[in-house]
Amino acid sequence: MSEHIVPKKIYYRIFGALLVGTALTVIFAFINLGNFNIVAALLIAIAKALLVITFFMHVKYSSRLTKLWVAVGFIWLFIMLAITMTDYLSRAWLVYRP
Amino acid sequence: MSMTPLTATAGRLTSEGEPLNYLNNGHGLKSWLLTKDHKRIALLYLFSVSFFFIIGGIFALLIRINLLSPEGLFNPDTYNRIFTAHGIIMVFLFLVPAVPAVLGNFLLPIMIGAKDLAFPKINLLSWYCYVVAGIFLTVALIAGGIDTGWTFYTPYSTSYSNSNVLLAGVGIFIAGFSSILTGINFIVTVHTMRAPGMTWFRLPLFIWAHYATALVIMLGTPVLAITLSLMALERVAHVGIFDPAMGGDPVLFQHMFWFYSHPAVYIMVLPAMGVVSELIANLARKNIFGYKFVAMSSLAIAVFGFLVWGHHLFVSTQSIYLGIIFSFLSYAVAIPSAIKVFNWTATLFKGSISYDTPMIYGLGFIGLFLIGGMTGLFVAALGIDVHVTDTYFVIAHFHYVMVGGSLMGFLGGMHLWWGKITGRMYPEYWARAAMVIQFVGFNLTFFPQFILGYLGMPRRYAAYPPEFQVLHVLSTAGATILGLGMLITIIYFIWSLKNGERAPANPWGASGLEWRTSSPPPTENFLETPVVTWEAYEFAPIETMDVLGYPGDPGKPSQPVPAEHGTED
Amino acid sequence: MALIETETAPERIELHAEHHPHLAHHFESMEQQREAGTLGMWWFLLTEIMFFGGMFLAYTVYRHIYFDAFAAGSNVLSIWWGTFNTAVLIASSLTMALAVFHAQMGNSRKVVRFLLFTIILGTIFLRVKYIEYSDKFEEHVFPAGDFRWPIEHEANRPNNVGDMLLMLIGAEPLNSSPQGPEHAFSVKVTTKYAEKGPYYGVGGQVPEEVQDPGFGGHVRMYFWLYFAMTGFHALHMIIGIGLLLMLAWQARKGKFSREYHSYIELTGLYWHFVDIVWIFLFPLLYLVDRHL
Ligand SMILES: [Cu+2]
Repeated sequence: MSEHIVPKKIYYRIFGALLVGTALTVIFAFINLGNFNIVAALLIAIAKALLVITFFMHVKYSSRLTKLWVAVGFIWLFIMLAITMTDYLSRAWLVYRP
Repeated sequence: MSMTPLTATAGRLTSEGEPLNYLNNGHGLKSWLLTKDHKRIALLYLFSVSFFFIIGGIFALLIRINLLSPEGLFNPDTYNRIFTAHGIIMVFLFLVPAVPAVLGNFLLPIMIGAKDLAFPKINLLSWYCYVVAGIFLTVALIAGGIDTGWTFYTPYSTSYSNSNVLLAGVGIFIAGFSSILTGINFIVTVHTMRAPGMTWFRLPLFIWAHYATALVIMLGTPVLAITLSLMALERVAHVGIFDPAMGGDPVLFQHMFWFYSHPAVYIMVLPAMGVVSELIANLARKNIFGYKFVAMSSLAIAVFGFLVWGHHLFVSTQSIYLGIIFSFLSYAVAIPSAIKVFNWTATLFKGSISYDTPMIYGLGFIGLFLIGGMTGLFVAALGIDVHVTDTYFVIAHFHYVMVGGSLMGFLGGMHLWWGKITGRMYPEYWARAAMVIQFVGFNLTFFPQFILGYLGMPRRYAAYPPEFQVLHVLSTAGATILGLGMLITIIYFIWSLKNGERAPANPWGASGLEWRTSSPPPTENFLETPVVTWEAYEFAPIETMDVLGYPGDPGKPSQPVPAEHGTED
Repeated sequence: MALIETETAPERIELHAEHHPHLAHHFESMEQQREAGTLGMWWFLLTEIMFFGGMFLAYTVYRHIYFDAFAAGSNVLSIWWGTFNTAVLIASSLTMALAVFHAQMGNSRKVVRFLLFTIILGTIFLRVKYIEYSDKFEEHVFPAGDFRWPIEHEANRPNNVGDMLLMLIGAEPLNSSPQGPEHAFSVKVTTKYAEKGPYYGVGGQVPEEVQDPGFGGHVRMYFWLYFAMTGFHALHMIIGIGLLLMLAWQARKGKFSREYHSYIELTGLYWHFVDIVWIFLFPLLYLVDRHL
């Protein structure tokens, strides 16, 4: 079999990192960063998701093809979000109070 | 992977003395309903897809009958239900599954030299999902119909419509599952199950097209699923997610709906384009011009197709700035589509063309798709679209793409591979006649609709000003002729099952692995695993092509292409 | 009568006799079969990304339009439960990964054990979700029911780990209830956002033809998305737990081995995916504008 066996200690380390990430999100949420609260929250979430994908889901040890498809999934989600939000951000008739 | 000689099967006969093939290997209803053979599942699909095509066609004729008189023959509410039924059935139960689930299912494993699709049980499950979806939609129709149009725009569908929106929503959700399961199978099969020597650039263009289609199915359909789920929840719970009176935005529904439904156009037309590539190359007996361009244009269409959905929202209060971008991107999709058309035309140049039925369908596709595509540019232009939005111009445009494109491709493919699928040839004379009748009927139906739309006839209206009557009557006459042409095709196909000539392994002198097994193929497609040593569309004299199915009539010798243009491109 | 009644010609079966018993007839090798399974699972997960993506899209749009209402709604959720559940789910991902690890080592006994751990953690997650949902019902913020804003009667919320454990087993928490109406968080939340109106309208004015549902209506939009997103997520958890139960049963009976364990791996991929969805749901639903 060509499958790669990840040593157990890596799993435990990733688990630790994910818990730290969770703690960080909560801490950052209570600090007023203005518009950057959501940026911080998303950056941490993306980092956590990447850890899960890379190690728990073995993508680090998978073929380039698998890596490509994972990327495609998130890129397509981004396309949908980005283009639709462009609409809401540029509608002339949707005006926001400061 | 070594060759697996299966000498034990070679020459095996049934008790009637026929060579054992996928059709006579197992009898009885159970052997069909529980089959995991992709070829049998393709036939199950063919049967059910044709059934719904006929139902959808009947609704189409009802629409045309209503429009014979300016006042409309049915009452408007009934008319709403008729065109909705036509739209839903044709889109979700015919056009989306037709080519991939029938021809793709049958041919994809054979063309790449595999024994089956990667997940045969999932393939069967896909058909059952289709059937359940069909039952839901049929019940919705019988129990009073749906009056929202196939687009289910909110808040009408969620707050006001008194028709079976929920049932239809559930049905389409399940139909979506069915296409997703087919899509997974195609992608995984092409990646992991190609025969030795079958490299990516030796794949027939049919496979490239189906691969691209599967990508679109997989990335688009789930969005339709969640859109319909939210719509259904909204209809049940009424919390206002798409209802402006409660702070929701109906345009969000349109964004989500068209994120799937524009790419769905490519789910319908890309596989047909794959079929046309095969038709043109094999019946002109010439390597396709610009193989890599045609292959890559399929992928380009799949990708670009996801960036243009907003052209359906030009007048829906979408941001005007985004409208400009969507208009531009919609133009961009024309490029890969045009690449295909130009390459097919270039393939015909100096080819040894035989005007058998599949080829006529191929040529019909090119002509009609050209009109459909060019008028697509009209409606993609922001300014013109404001004038023709929701008119018969749009109706005519997408029927030229869907009927002129997908349906022509589907029928062309059915004729090309009918012998392979059933073991019998269709009657050539009747087939050509039917094709010509369909072509004339089709144009007579839809060309007047361009004019109607340009003059301002809105879509989905049950009545119209009397001055439009001439064009509407012409259109109805065309629809009748088109229906007649379809009827002829259905009749001779059924007739040929018993009375057609026996099909040889390679009736067209074509290239491609599916012509190197017997007609109909044995259960696992080839008696030995093929090893591919030739390029795609490399036409060889038939004597040099080994048939890896049962020995028998190898077929018509391929007319060798004159040397000076045999190796062009 | 046909010579052969079965789907697969018997010759094929003989031919594959020397192969692994779990190798399906149409694959050439176990390697190919495994590759196909993994690729298929990944593509299924891609469809899941797009499925949840539709809800994330709706969330993004409405959060953009009704930010304050979303912040108010988010502040109603219990950050203790949210954080606790995140940790539980991450732990379940760890045990799932370890179950796969032991499957790869061919250690069936430990596979069963770690699958059971995963199931238990998943069940705890759902139990917490159940508590949270019933609190929301009690507070009348379930969007499809008798929705009321501001909250009049407030459910218990834990504010330490001990309380959470007590509430998990259905006991009364010791000191989580607010001490009087002026301390009630819902009062805080409501006053915090009370003066802020809707953002929606032309030129900053709500046009007459738009019946604006008001701030409460927008909070309801938040809760609708909260229930839809966490509901679909919980549904995926329930399906996942079902799959894990089946696998644990099969593993106990010794179906899996060093060579053949792809179902465990594939279910693992699914489970981790569900975890990833939650990793995004947690900050987006629980942590909007917490700092005020
Ligand atoms: Cu479109």
